[in-house]
Amino acid sequence: MNLTLKIWRQKDANDKGKIVDYPVSGISPDMSFLEMLDVLNQELIEKGESPVAFDHDCREGICGTCSLYINGRAHGPATKITACQLHMRSFKDGDTIYIEPWRAKAFPVIKDLIVDRTSFDRIQQAGGFISVNTSGNTQDANAIPIEKENADKAFDAATCIGCGACVASCKNSSAMLFVSAKVSQFALLPQGQVEATDRVLNMVKQMDEEGFGNCTNTGACEVECPKGISLENIARMNREYLAASFKG
Amino acid sequence: MSILDSKIPEGPLADKWTKHKNDINLVNPANKRLIDVIIVGTGLAGGSAAATLAELGYNVKAFCFQDSPRRAHSIAAQGGINAAKNYQGDGDSTYRLFYDTVKGGDYRSREANVYRLAEVSTNIIDQCVAQGVPFAREYGGLLDNRSFGGVLVSRTFYAKGQTGQQLLLGAYAAMNRQIGRGKIKMYTRHEMLDVVIVDGKARGIIARNLVTGEIERHSAHAVVLGTGGYGNAFYLSTYAMGSNVTAAWKAHKRGAFFANPCYTQIHPTCIPVSGDHQSKLTLMSESLRNDGRIWVPKHKKDVEAIRNGSLKPTELAEEDRDYYLERRYPAFGNLVPRDVASRAAKERCDAGYGVNQTGEAVYLDFASAIERYGKEQAYIKGLNVDDKKVVTDLGKKVVENKYGNLFQMYEKIVDQNPYETPMMIYPAVHYTMGGLWVDYNLMTTVPGLYAIGEANFSDHGANRLGASALMQGLADGYFVLPYTIGDYLAHDIRTGPIPTDTKEFDEAEKSVKDTINRLVNNQGTKSVDHFHKRLGKIMWNKCGMARNEKELKEAIQEIAKLREEFYKDVFVPGNENEYNEELAKAGRVADFLELGELFAKDALERNESAGGHFREEYQTEGGEALRVKEYQYVSAWEYKGQPSDAVHHKESLEYENIEVKERSYK
Repeated sequence: MNLTLKIWRQKDANDKGKIVDYPVSGISPDMSFLEMLDVLNQELIEKGESPVAFDHDCREGICGTCSLYINGRAHGPATKITACQLHMRSFKDGDTIYIEPWRAKAFPVIKDLIVDRTSFDRIQQAGGFISVNTSGNTQDANAIPIEKENADKAFDAATCIGCGACVASCKNSSAMLFVSAKVSQFALLPQGQVEATDRVLNMVKQMDEEGFGNCTNTGACEVECPKGISLENIARMNREYLAASFKG
Repeated sequence: MSILDSKIPEGPLADKWTKHKNDINLVNPANKRLIDVIIVGTGLAGGSAAATLAELGYNVKAFCFQDSPRRAHSIAAQGGINAAKNYQGDGDSTYRLFYDTVKGGDYRSREANVYRLAEVSTNIIDQCVAQGVPFAREYGGLLDNRSFGGVLVSRTFYAKGQTGQQLLLGAYAAMNRQIGRGKIKMYTRHEMLDVVIVDGKARGIIARNLVTGEIERHSAHAVVLGTGGYGNAFYLSTYAMGSNVTAAWKAHKRGAFFANPCYTQIHPTCIPVSGDHQSKLTLMSESLRNDGRIWVPKHKKDVEAIRNGSLKPTELAEEDRDYYLERRYPAFGNLVPRDVASRAAKERCDAGYGVNQTGEAVYLDFASAIERYGKEQAYIKGLNVDDKKVVTDLGKKVVENKYGNLFQMYEKIVDQNPYETPMMIYPAVHYTMGGLWVDYNLMTTVPGLYAIGEANFSDHGANRLGASALMQGLADGYFVLPYTIGDYLAHDIRTGPIPTDTKEFDEAEKSVKDTINRLVNNQGTKSVDHFHKRLGKIMWNKCGMARNEKELKEAIQEIAKLREEFYKDVFVPGNENEYNEELAKAGRVADFLELGELFAKDALERNESAGGHFREEYQTEGGEALRVKEYQYVSAWEYKGQPSDAVHHKESLEYENIEVKERSYK
């Protein structure tokens, strides 16, 4: 396949940045999207030009590092996958493909397609944990039976990979899906109850401080989430937040 | 007498760890505040160690090259984590987990370490559940288990095909709690490029800020490496793109012995290579072998027909299929250990029975599992068990519940639906059992320098059993290192902060900067990947699933030559004062080019076959690995300049609690 790539190039955080056109040829439909970018980068290096910087690591859809906005959609045209799992068979010969970084105030660009997502880490640091020490003296794991339905729902929420596609897809740059996934995981488990009040209040406070926008229930986040994290989690977090506000 | 002192405590095997914990020095809580510990790597081992040491009161500085500690490659572990809980009542025990692990490792691991691992395995599950890790549960609300290769019990805890993710997020959460309290200072997008040794002790590191390119000095009273394995020396592997040997290799160059570098795990069930463009390989969890059956056609004519597309695998009659693992190993069947399954796949493909265009693929088939589960569900629901459609639909649902994410991954990559047609799989590099030599306290041969998780060598011998990597990473980080490091740090309560304006730091920083300048200013013509791919080909073809003397000797020559060429002709674009992935990669590949040679040298020295190290000259009549008694030792290599100059040390392995015998899975 021959393609035209229109890629966001930005030297560093202070640079204004612009879209640059790159033709690529001889792309196999069996290549992953990132392997296609590897091909481009090898060509750029051979020509002595600067390769396109993009975040990637596991290349199997689980680490959450890759973060490309492809043709106006987070992780590209296919659903429930990350950019590294996207294969070129999703495109056709002659296509023009726009590749941009996540756009959000709380995700400043570092270089080209790489953004700074440490705001996500700071939200987790504000309350995304259960305060239990690793003494080795916790009670036996089977001493707390958990209803399978709740355990499964907690698992589903916990599969969030922290990629930020929800924020990038939201017109308000809201991080509600991300935050609610962690709040829900613990809200559904008995172990999470003790700190439930503080957790939701602190995480939401941090989310607001980081400059993420409000949720207006458009549901774009759920559609673009590579792990299919459900909007139900946002509803659950809102209930948790309301209850905590009355208590707190 | 070896200069290696493994410091294994005296006394009966089952009492060693308890006794050791009672005997070693402790640091009182007020003094812990005066002590700094650097931890490099934030996977299961590094992350859990950082959280626990911070909880105990030490000042922790944690480093990772990723943009967040949550992205370490432990996240990609799929199948599960072993623990001798015996919740299934199927006869499991600490001894049995110990026994299976030592046998699975082909009698090349250290008894005392493995027993301790089995002993603390149950704590890990309790700990993780308390942290809110959502393991799979049964309808009664209790934890579910499944079975993995090389064992006859169900002791593997899991969270669908994302167990590593859930465990790592548990450790990440524990870290976050300590970061929030200021007890861990987290340095993301930082790469460790050297260890600083002061008066013979590890006292700090030199790190590069990957965003700004700045070279930084960090000091501490001890340095812990949880930096994973070095399988990316093969270029194509199931590792993450950034996984590298640099931290461990720099430690090696500063005096830490490197143990058993040739012990590599080549995992039997990965998605086959599709072309030259390929950047990585994807694993299909071993858990799939609980339900999937591995086969190739019995007859060459059917192989041809499948390859040219005139025959679909689903159309081939049962009697024309060769379920070769079930045929060769009736007792363990599809659940033989990984090294055995990988070699068996290679044997069939080398004999011409591979089922894809490249001839390097076998089938992993779920049709009979779908039927079995479907019938079970139909019976429970009172539906017609003879209605094929009803049964198939119900069966697919059960399989989806168990392995849904894996099936989806497969379909996205291969563009075939594994519910309808068997998966194609082939072995790929997955894990390295070798690593930095450590004693019972997990300390390397450099005082104050520790290695944990995959970065060390001690627990898996020559072959790791499935679901044991997660167990070891968390055992080291949560339950072993936090005790043993105290024994060392107890001598540092009066040391005070370690200054970084010393000649040792000057020297280490200069050495790092010199290497970087050399790479950036090299006016070569070829990219880093060009060299990495060539190294990978040598490693795979001559140091892969089967090795022999002639090819290993060739590999040593070829890698040394390639290394020379690399320094002459590599081209690194950009400069050192910016985000520059090519520069980071160049440094990592330079280290792989040294490690690769030592790897081949180690494989050549070991005139036997053991676990993942298969030497063609040493096999039984049936083609199984042939161990040689005189090689019952750990090889630990001391750095002396070039890999060819490395000095060989041996730690003899004694088995007092387990009978060393031929490893049979028949």
